[in-house]
Amino acid sequence: MKETVYSRRKFIKSLSIGVGSLLLLPKCTFEKTSSWRFFTNEEGLLVDAIVEQIIPTDEWPGAKDAMVTNFIDKQLVGPYARHQEIYRNSLSAIQIACRNAFNKKFEELDWDKQTSFLISLEKNEIVSKMIDKSATHGNAISDADKKFIENWLKGNFFNLIRNHTMQGFYGSPRHGGNYKFVSYRMIGLDPYPIMGQNRYKASSNG
Amino acid sequence: MANKHVNAIVVGAGAGGGVVAKELSVAGMSVVLFERGGWANYDDHDQDELFSQRTTVLGNAYGPDNIRYKRVRMWSEGEKTIVLPNEGGYGNNAACVGSGTVSYGAMAWRFMPEDFKMKSTYGPVEGSTLEDWPISYEDLEPCYEKAEWEIGVAGDDSLNPFAPPRRKPRPMPPFEHNKEAQLLQATAKRLGWYPFPIPMLRNSIPYGGRPQCYRIRGCVGFACPVNAKCGTHNTVIPVAIATGNCELRINCVVSEINVNNSGNITGVTYFDEKNKKQTQTADIVVVAGSATETARLLLNSKSSFFPAGIGNENDWVGRNLQDHAYCGAAGIFDYELYDDKGPGASIAISDFNHHNPGIVGGGVICNEFNALPYLFTGIRPPGSARWGAEHKKFQRENYKRIGRVQGPYQEMPSFEARVDVDNEVRDFWGIPVCRISGRASIKDAEGTAFMADKAEKWLLEAGAIQTWKTGVVTGERPAGGGQHQAGTCRMGNDPKTSVCDKFGRVHSTPNLFVADGSLHVTNGGFNPALTIMALGYWVGGHIAGEWQKGNRFK
Repeated sequence: MKETVYSRRKFIKSLSIGVGSLLLLPKCTFEKTSSWRFFTNEEGLLVDAIVEQIIPTDEWPGAKDAMVTNFIDKQLVGPYARHQEIYRNSLSAIQIACRNAFNKKFEELDWDKQTSFLISLEKNEIVSKMIDKSATHGNAISDADKKFIENWLKGNFFNLIRNHTMQGFYGSPRHGGNYKFVSYRMIGLDPYPIMGQNRYKASSNG
Repeated sequence: MANKHVNAIVVGAGAGGGVVAKELSVAGMSVVLFERGGWANYDDHDQDELFSQRTTVLGNAYGPDNIRYKRVRMWSEGEKTIVLPNEGGYGNNAACVGSGTVSYGAMAWRFMPEDFKMKSTYGPVEGSTLEDWPISYEDLEPCYEKAEWEIGVAGDDSLNPFAPPRRKPRPMPPFEHNKEAQLLQATAKRLGWYPFPIPMLRNSIPYGGRPQCYRIRGCVGFACPVNAKCGTHNTVIPVAIATGNCELRINCVVSEINVNNSGNITGVTYFDEKNKKQTQTADIVVVAGSATETARLLLNSKSSFFPAGIGNENDWVGRNLQDHAYCGAAGIFDYELYDDKGPGASIAISDFNHHNPGIVGGGVICNEFNALPYLFTGIRPPGSARWGAEHKKFQRENYKRIGRVQGPYQEMPSFEARVDVDNEVRDFWGIPVCRISGRASIKDAEGTAFMADKAEKWLLEAGAIQTWKTGVVTGERPAGGGQHQAGTCRMGNDPKTSVCDKFGRVHSTPNLFVADGSLHVTNGGFNPALTIMALGYWVGGHIAGEWQKGNRFK
C-alpha cells in the first residue's frame, strides 16, 4: 500500500520535472492542494479503488499501479472534458450511497463488498439496493440523497468508467496509463517500436 | 485578390478525388484540388491505439476533429443526437490528403460482375431500392487495372476461381500468410473452399519508389511509418502536383457549389485555411467528399434554380445510404495463433459472395485485422465477464489464442436510409451539418446469419475449442454511414430514380460531377476502396477524354 502511494508521488514528482511549471504553478496560486488535475484527493482515492476493482492486481499489477487514475484524470481535462460533470457527481453519489448503506466510504469497504456494490451499479440496481439496506439499518435514506443517487447512478457511469479503465490499462502509455507497458508485458506483446522523427516521445509518460 | 479561374475544381483529396485530379491534370487541364484537412503525419500518433482512425476514443488521428465538426444522428424517429467525429455514429473518414487511403486496412478488391447487376441477378427485393448499375464490370475493368498499377496492389488471383476476369496481373506478388492464415488455408481446403491471399494496396516488394511493407502490428487505423501503404496521397496526388497543372489547397472547407442563372455550375464557395470565405471559379466541378459529405454539399447548395439542393429535384440526393453489415465469428484455440505479423488480415474466401441459397448476394470472408489490446477488451464470448479478475485473466490468456474471421455482407439499399442536412445545427464555419437517419434494410438479417454460419464453421474445422458468432443482424438497425459509406448520389440512366448519369455527371447540370462512393448503386460484398479509385479513373478519364475532344460541358 505504502509503496503504491510512493510510486504515484514519485510519478507526480517526475512530472514536475518535465512540465511542472505549467501544471503546478496555477495550483499553488489557487491554493489547491489536490495532486490531480481534475480529481480532488478524495476522489482520487475512490477512483483508485474503483479501477482496481475493474482490473485487479493478481500476479500482474492492477489498474491502480498501472496509473489508470492518472490516465482518467488527464483525459478529463482534455478529450474527456465533456465527462467532468458526470464524474464529479457520480463519484459523489457513490460515496453518499455507501455512507447510507454501510456508514463507510467505498474505498473502506471490504473487497467483496466493493465488488458487489459495483455489480449492482452495473446492473443499475443501486437505488433499490440502497433502500433495502437502509431499511435493515433502520435509518431511511433521505429523499434528497435518493434523488441525487438516482440522477447520477442510474445512467451509464459504470460503463463509462469501465471503458476508461480499459483504455488506461491497455492503451498507449503516452496518455498517462499503462505504466511501463504493463498490459503489453502481461499479454506477451513487445512494446511497439517508436518510429519516425519524433523518437523523443518514447520517454514522455505524462 | 480573386482566385484565377481554372478548368476544374475537385472537392476532396481521397480515394476518388485524388485520382480525378491526376487524370485531369495529366490531360492538361488546370485543376484546384480542395482538401478540408492537411497532410497526415505518422509521427503524431505512432502506434497510439486510443488516438487512431480505427479506435478513436481520444480522437481521430487524421481528423476530422471534435472542435469544428459534428453531425446529427436520428437514432429513432424524432430523437435527435449530436455526434462528434470520434464517436461511433459519426462515420469518420479521415480528413487529410489521401483521406481513408492513408490509414485504411488497404484491401484491394474488385467487385464481381454480379455486384453491378444485383437486380437482374436476384430480382427485386421487397422494401429495398436494389438496382443494377448503369455500367458493368467490363466497363470498369480497365479502371481497376489502372488503379492497381498506378497506386499499387499486391495479390494473385490464381487460387481464386471466383475472381472476376482481368487482362493483366497485379503489379506485386501477394503477401505471405501469417500463422492464423496458414491454419485457415489448410482448413478451408478441407471444407472444399478456395482460400487465397487478400489483395492489398501495400508494397509486398519495393514499388512506386517506396519501400517494402515490414508487417507492423498496428497498420489499419494508422499512416504507414515507412510509406509502404499505397494511397492517393503518395501516388496519384503527387503525380497531379508534379504536372504543374494541379494546385492542392489544403485546410480549405468547401461550403457551397455556385450556380448561375441558367443552371450552370460556376465554381465553389469555400473557407480558406484562415477561415476566410473565398470563391473559386471553374468550368467544371467534381465532388468527391465521401457519401455523406458529397450529399451534404449538394444539399447545402440551394439556389432559385435548385431550391432543394443541386440534383435533388426528385428527392434522391442522400438516399440509399449504405455501409456493410460486418458479420462473422470468433474462436478460442488451445494454442497461440498470434505471431505479431501485421496487419493480421491475410486470407480470404470468395465462395460465398454470390449464388448462395436463400439469400441475396453475400460477401467475402477474411481473417480479421489484428485487434490491439484495448480493442481486444471488446472481444469475448457472449455472457463472459467484462471486468474484474476474470476478464483480466481472459485478456492475458486469450489475446494470442483468438482467431477471427468476418466479412462485409452486401447491404440491401434502403430508400429511407439517408443523409440530409440539419439547418439548426451548424459546424464551426456555420455550414448546416449532415443528418443521418432511417433504417437499413431488414433483409440483411438472413444474409448476415448465413455468412456468420460459414465463418463459424471455418473456425470449428480449424480446431477452435470455443466459438461464437458476431455481427448477425437480428432486428431493425439504424442506417450505416461508416467508413464504407456509399450510395447517396446513385448513378443511373433514369434521372427520376438516380442523381448522376453513368459518367458521374449530375443529371440536372451540364458540368457538375460526382466521383466517390456516393455513385455506388450497390456496395458489393467487399471493402470498397479500390472500386472508388476505379470510379475516379472512370469519371476522370471520361471528363479528360471529352475535354481533349473540345467538349466544355456547357
